[in-house]
Amino acid sequence: MSLHIVVCVKSTPTTVNVSIDESAGKIKTAGLSYAVNPFDEYAVEEAVRIKEKNPGSTVTALSLGPEHAEAALREAIARGCDKAVWLNIPECDTHNSYGTSHALAQALKKIHGETPVHLVLFGKNASDGNAGVTAAQIAGWLNWPAAISVKKIDSINSSEAIVWRAVENGVDILKLKLPACVGTIKEINEPRLPSLKGKMASKKAVIPKWTAQDIGLKTEDFSSSLEPLKIEKFSAPPPRPAGLKIEGSSAAEKAKKLVDILIERKLV
Amino acid sequence: MENQILAICLPQQGTLPSSAFEVLSAAKTLASQSQGKVFASLISDKAQTLAQNLNVPGIEKVFALEHPKLGHNNDEIYAQAILKILEGNKFSAILFPGTIFGKSLAALLSSKLKAGLAVDITEVGMENGKIKAKRSSYSGNALATLMGTQETTLLIALPMVFPQAEKSGNPPPITLIPFEPKESQMEYVSFQPESSSEIDLGTAERIVSGGRGLGNAEGFKIIRELANALKAAVGASRAAVDAGWIAYSHQVGLTGKTVHPKLYVACGISGQIQHLAGMSSSGTIVALNTDPECPMMKTASLSVTGDLYELIPLIIAEIKKRRGG
Repeated sequence: MSLHIVVCVKSTPTTVNVSIDESAGKIKTAGLSYAVNPFDEYAVEEAVRIKEKNPGSTVTALSLGPEHAEAALREAIARGCDKAVWLNIPECDTHNSYGTSHALAQALKKIHGETPVHLVLFGKNASDGNAGVTAAQIAGWLNWPAAISVKKIDSINSSEAIVWRAVENGVDILKLKLPACVGTIKEINEPRLPSLKGKMASKKAVIPKWTAQDIGLKTEDFSSSLEPLKIEKFSAPPPRPAGLKIEGSSAAEKAKKLVDILIERKLV
Repeated sequence: MENQILAICLPQQGTLPSSAFEVLSAAKTLASQSQGKVFASLISDKAQTLAQNLNVPGIEKVFALEHPKLGHNNDEIYAQAILKILEGNKFSAILFPGTIFGKSLAALLSSKLKAGLAVDITEVGMENGKIKAKRSSYSGNALATLMGTQETTLLIALPMVFPQAEKSGNPPPITLIPFEPKESQMEYVSFQPESSSEIDLGTAERIVSGGRGLGNAEGFKIIRELANALKAAVGASRAAVDAGWIAYSHQVGLTGKTVHPKLYVACGISGQIQHLAGMSSSGTIVALNTDPECPMMKTASLSVTGDLYELIPLIIAEIKKRRGG
């Protein structure tokens, strides 16, 4: 049984230790380097594992973003994806999750039209935005079912998949009709490093670049006036108040002082 | 237009968790700033019974939707139920709990409704008729201020941030909305409860975490003892999980869980940025470490330098003594 799996990857800064331009209310992006969002490595690995179990299957990596998104796609190919699509819509580069999910949904519709898609995999969340909602948002646009926080894809065939969704107090076992969107978490697998063969393939790969027009949308569709939620500004989080060092001549004295303070603050 | 705010109260395995009351208090805060009215939804296989427990003053009305198929977390059927409520009512804000199911549901609905979605908010208010919210991104290194621009904004309340709305007096007025689910592309097969009886990290008020400084897997024995004494959940650093000392489900940090307890006790955790990313917004951070210069000791509200195996039993003994035995 051959399946077509799409993995959505995002190119994110290699550090979360960003600084803020307080007067402009923006993240300082100068000098940041980018790589595949670490959480997306699990999604790529899962797609490749499903492909390995189902000979004849294809894995397509999809990324929306500026030039460094193309580099992220090459990394995904090095890790075992067969091909990639680079979606380039500059209007979406400003943390606009509505536009992002809309654009990715449209691109998936086009990919699905060319070669029917069975499963779309995502990482837990992006290391920059930290929201973790894209998988379900895209499913909403496409009217496909979605499960996020998936720690196991128990079984999959061309019409349905059984997935284990880790929730606060246990696991929801869900059967999804395909195509479906699935957000993975770290427990799902242990990603392998890129193989030599993969690295060769990634160098040679020809990655098509799609614009808004290519997916049937206009740049106006991503105009900031249509954003239902705007980021007014970024600011630095308030600093934590200075800490108190608990001193004492013995461990017992320190322990007593600590418990005193915890009781005083009603934490015990 | 009248300003109506809807709090989506999601049951878990037939009971109302703390997150339902956190969402209600966030909704009440928003309402108090905007002369708004608070409504709640209760969608469950026993909605009418559970709705009686929403006896929080100030709720205008609870929309109850009841059907046997609403006994489990089926996103599609729940989304249909919420859309049913929206058929006859307009809301400026719809608040969801920041549980996995709440997040999934809000995300699914945001694109179906073409509405803005503010995820994991820590503050919410109204300014000039627009919904304003704050959330952290870049693992706590940047705070984003968000503004809704349309009639309805969807918001997800980060767990453990908003206080739980207090219950008192009579149950609220309940309106039963008839609901018959349409076909769903998702089928709920079964629920597997967490095998351990331990407290869930995400909703714990107190967490005791152990790291590399414990030296071995046995070290988690005293971590659990301290956690028991404090009625706390057990967390761990990535180093401890990678060493195989404790299961991944306990991992706090960038690649584990993000937590916001009132009290976080870090034992033998040096405080790499990845770990701090998952817990630095905790209320009070206590650090126990042999190295007074490590990042965790610098971040902590209260730091104690010393040997864990000496300090922890003394702390446990002191707590027990103060509790009167």
